[in-house]
Amino acid sequence: MYRYDEFDAAIVRERVDQFRGQVSRRLDGTLLEDEFKPLRLQNGVYLQLHAYMLRVAIPYGQLDPAKLRRLADIAERYDRGYGHFTTRQNIQFNWVGLKDIPDVLQSLSEVEMHAIQTSGNCIRNVTSDHFAGAAQDEVMDPRPWCEIIRQWSTFHPEFAFLPRKFKIAVTAAEDDRAAIRVHDIGLHIRRRDGQIGFEVHVGGGQGRTPVIATKLNDFVPETELLDYLEAIMRVYNRFGRRDNKYKARIKILVTETGADEFRRLVDTEYAAKTDAEKIALPQAEIDRIHAYFAPPDLTRKPARSQILETAQAANPAFQRWIRVNLHPHKQAGYASITISLKPIGGLAGDATTAQMRVVAKLAEEYGHDDIRVTHAQNLVLPHVALDDLPALYADLDGAGLATANEGLVTDMIVCPGLDYCNLANARSIPVGQDIQQTFADPDYQEDIGRLHINISGCINACGHHHVGHIGILGVDRKGEEFYQISLGGRADHHAAIGDIAGRALSREEVPDAIKRIIDTYRDLRTSAAEPFIETLNRLGHTPFKEAIYAAD
Amino acid sequence: MPLIKNGCVVDNEWTFIDDSTDPDGTGLVTVSLPRYLQDVTRERTRNVTLGVRLTPSDDPDLLLPHLDHLPLIEIEFPKYTDGRGYSLAQILRRRHGYTGELRAVGHVLRDQILYMNRSGFDAFETARADLSQVLEALSEHSAYYQPAADGHPTVFARRHLRPD
Repeated sequence: MYRYDEFDAAIVRERVDQFRGQVSRRLDGTLLEDEFKPLRLQNGVYLQLHAYMLRVAIPYGQLDPAKLRRLADIAERYDRGYGHFTTRQNIQFNWVGLKDIPDVLQSLSEVEMHAIQTSGNCIRNVTSDHFAGAAQDEVMDPRPWCEIIRQWSTFHPEFAFLPRKFKIAVTAAEDDRAAIRVHDIGLHIRRRDGQIGFEVHVGGGQGRTPVIATKLNDFVPETELLDYLEAIMRVYNRFGRRDNKYKARIKILVTETGADEFRRLVDTEYAAKTDAEKIALPQAEIDRIHAYFAPPDLTRKPARSQILETAQAANPAFQRWIRVNLHPHKQAGYASITISLKPIGGLAGDATTAQMRVVAKLAEEYGHDDIRVTHAQNLVLPHVALDDLPALYADLDGAGLATANEGLVTDMIVCPGLDYCNLANARSIPVGQDIQQTFADPDYQEDIGRLHINISGCINACGHHHVGHIGILGVDRKGEEFYQISLGGRADHHAAIGDIAGRALSREEVPDAIKRIIDTYRDLRTSAAEPFIETLNRLGHTPFKEAIYAAD
Repeated sequence: MPLIKNGCVVDNEWTFIDDSTDPDGTGLVTVSLPRYLQDVTRERTRNVTLGVRLTPSDDPDLLLPHLDHLPLIEIEFPKYTDGRGYSLAQILRRRHGYTGELRAVGHVLRDQILYMNRSGFDAFETARADLSQVLEALSEHSAYYQPAADGHPTVFARRHLRPD
């Protein structure tokens, strides 16, 4: 795991001092709110429906026990005893006072954390595969490159006032768990003839105009990555639309310019770069950063664990949790486990101070000090010995953290919606809770299998409804909340935007309509091994649309 | 409007003449890029010293033949949120090696000046920041990850320059 050196530490410390000055200039009126806004945004401070919200960066979702404990302390001291993990692998605190924020940032800096560029029209926190470094299907651990991109993009003087926000995601695995095709830039690390390089996708995104990214380049060698990214960023900064914020993302530039012409612009800019302009990342520096991500020292163990099997036989709930929340590890005798933050009837992504402290302790005891945040708003301990799973489970269960639903129908992405957000048109949280209640029976959920339901309270799509296998979008009709259902979206390596099924439903109609979709799937699937999305793709949407409106 | 250049307050001797006004023949004036390209060849026939004021959508490459004898390029920030001027400055300084004065004009605020300076601006025309604030803004950071027009070595490089 990366550790700050004196340069990283100084940069973050100086930023805290700088923002303290900006807050004090705002509080004494020297800075107008309009001028303060982009400054606070570049420090993660939003003005929400009820209060200021602070979004803290968790670069590529990487935490350790000290960081998570500090987040727990901040939740306890400055918020209401909980934090909200987001779809960008960050954490948000919803009730922090503006005057306290410099102190919170100071406190974060002590554990090598910050809120830099978690908002504003700049390069945002880079996201990645939550199983990085543990997954069987990766060509390498993508985190060193995420860290290099984090450093390069931090306070980039040319790209702090882009037309719009800019999100970069990185994966190194065939099974894309980082949703790179719905990011402004998606990077897929490839190995070719022993050399590492990047397949570059550009112009994906969700929001009101969902677009699947265009592949811009098959293979950019690792030593050229940052210069190539700068070429894309410069083309976007100069030519991206600034006349309409809803047309300002790079996806619109790519669409309106045409993929071939956009590629030509990037290639021309890249070719024009002189040696003096190049970043010239020293090989020693690439090696230095990679060295921080050396795999943990995992004792060799047999592939099967007697302790685990005995415990499973004795406890069906544990057995279920193992079936559902465990992901295979590249080393025999180990697993990556998901700690679900989606208990039935809970708030997706929320964790209390006490829960954060429990996870920190368990990561120390059983998890080689490694904790990840997933873009589905759960936590992961990537390196746990199979032998330790029974003890780990017992402690998680005691803290209300042993929900066995990773990737199942109740593991939904749900935006804060009208309950918290001043952009929303409709509530999301109660709709999600109603659906969870409908499928609360764990046998029923497990029988349904892998299925992503994503819910957004408005067209900005923070709940990723476009890429949910079943997407739910809240809309306002003359002051009343309605919900539009879409089918067939996915965020993985077969990324697709869902199709709207038909007329929007009232809130009361939603859970039964979802149940009819899912029961139709159970009737039509070839076997329980065929997941929902494959049955849908095999048969087309018609039977499922008919199911939605069967009550009409 | 106050002008801060190379860390000092200086008198502004330049006047911007918009395209609808005819320059009257003497002094230091900046004009739009189209007008500059049209007038520059005739410049020496008059007692006018010509500089240019770029808008964010201008193509800085068009100045390439003229950079050696351009004393001043102004880049306009119509709103401080319009960041195109940073790219223009980087291109002029780092790609084309422009060494004359590069001045930020328009909506220039204290908290953008560090990025402007790093991108290559050495002069700031601003009503919204005094000299002490500008100097403070320029000294807020001691280390930078990216190479830029200010020539600071990057953190990536500095890490490997340290004596062992």
